Amino acid sequence: MSDAATHSSPNTTRAVGVKVVGLRKSFNGQAVLKGIDLEVLPGEIFVIMGPSGSGKSVLLRHMIGLEEPDAGEILVDGQSIQSPELMDKYRLAMVFQSGALLNSLTVGENVGLYLTEHQLKPPQEIARIVTEKLELVGLKGTDDKFPSELSGGMKKRVAIARALVIDPQLILYDEPTSELDPLSAAVIAEEIASLKQRIAVTSVVVSHDREVAFGIADRIAVIHEGVIVAVGTPEEVRRNPDSIVQKFLNTNFNFHHRKT
Amino acid sequence: MFQNLGEMLLLFTRTLGSLPLLWRHRQKVFDQFFEIGNASLFMVCVLSFFIGGVIALLTGPVLVDHGVKDSIGGLVGIAICKELAPVMMSILIAGRIGSSMAAEIGSMRVYQEIDALRTMNINPIHYLVLPRLVSIAVGLPLLVIFSILVGWGGGALVADLNNKIGVDFRSFFANLRDTVRISDVANGLFKSFVFALVVGVVSCHQGLQTIGGPRGIGRSVTKAVVNCIVMIVILDYFLTRLLL
Ligand SMILES: Nc1ncnc2c1ncn2[C@@H]1O[C@H](COP(=O)(O)OP(=O)(O)O)[C@@H](O)[C@H]1O
Ligand SMILES: [Mg+2]
Repeated sequence: MSDAATHSSPNTTRAVGVKVVGLRKSFNGQAVLKGIDLEVLPGEIFVIMGPSGSGKSVLLRHMIGLEEPDAGEILVDGQSIQSPELMDKYRLAMVFQSGALLNSLTVGENVGLYLTEHQLKPPQEIARIVTEKLELVGLKGTDDKFPSELSGGMKKRVAIARALVIDPQLILYDEPTSELDPLSAAVIAEEIASLKQRIAVTSVVVSHDREVAFGIADRIAVIHEGVIVAVGTPEEVRRNPDSIVQKFLNTNFNFHHRKT
Repeated sequence: MFQNLGEMLLLFTRTLGSLPLLWRHRQKVFDQFFEIGNASLFMVCVLSFFIGGVIALLTGPVLVDHGVKDSIGGLVGIAICKELAPVMMSILIAGRIGSSMAAEIGSMRVYQEIDALRTMNINPIHYLVLPRLVSIAVGLPLLVIFSILVGWGGGALVADLNNKIGVDFRSFFANLRDTVRISDVANGLFKSFVFALVVGVVSCHQGLQTIGGPRGIGRSVTKAVVNCIVMIVILDYFLTRLLL
């Protein structure tokens, strides 16, 4: 579906890239991002991997303007994310790690929130889109439930539906498949990958699920303690000789450890 | 508390600036408005009735001793409409509504719901603060009108029934009507309107400032209520001075 009526400028039907230049951020004197340079190209699926606490979520929050950089800048389609009119100009979306659904609204109202608040569609049309998107993430018939009645994994799927409603040109996912059972994780990963076929969208996916990452990524970046240690196609990253990268990619559970 | 005054003024002016969007958010205004009425109407009645009663009870015997017992209607009337109803109801609303505003917005802050709004290009001031501020600014003066009427009734009843006072209903209200001017009531309503803005802005600001998980929400609620009450009492003095 197109938003031609409400978004008349021609640039709204294409995917937009993001460029991160020299990004630094500390919290209370503790450096979290120590000079990040990245370029996500329009239309690609870019996966950011790394251990917990390495700064993935903080990086993602910068990419949609929720945090102010200490140094460096974030450019969306060549324009600073801080510029006030940017959010009116492009349709961006983020799927939060926790879902971040509005607890006072029903699932249906959450999913339709963007369209309702910006008055982009008549109510029946919104209801139809909401039903369609919920079905897409496998949550048909949950419209009238409240977020508190859902499991963590279901909340995340609602959050994905809520982001898809925006028809985003750039979508950021923070660990979209964590907390999901392997089956739902595969469905969501597939949806992320197939979105690219249906609409012009750039996807940035934070994940530490190696299977998902290598399955859907056009390119992968590995972040470690606030520094990018590798960027490239899945093949390039797999062959990267850096010991941190290799350790992160190849460590497996070893249940025999205790016996030795 | 006072270093935040600048931020609060900024929040207030931004909310005022978003007033043209009010019609678009009318549903949320109505929801908040009924929430306020629902949560407080009964409490307002009980509190106002007893406040009116106790003022009559305290002043009645003194007035009787001085042989001016007929002026009790005017005295209770003025005390209630110019001071007690606006201040007590504002404090009640700070405790009842201010706290829930701070808690609600604070939990939305902590659980990233406000971040989610921002990523959807929905301005939290338009979505959250505007409807709350408007509904409290309209709702509190209405509650105060209610409170004044019930408070007068409570005073009249005590003056009538208490055998140390013994001023009947008719002469109570006759004196009240002679003494209390419409401007006195307007005076009280104006005060309550200002207090409503204080409660709305302080509580929403505190909610938006919340950091640090569930404990942070608790801290925000306490701070919001305490700051509201302190500001109401201090402002009350200056407003009274101004309107004298
Ligand atoms: N708002 C904040 N205030 C203070 N520290 C923060 C904040 N956000 C993140 N951090 C810290 O930044 C580091 C990286 O966090 P995060 O990006 O969430 O890691 P992850 O890679 O697991 O997503 C952590 O040490 C975290 O404690
Ligand atoms: Mg994270």
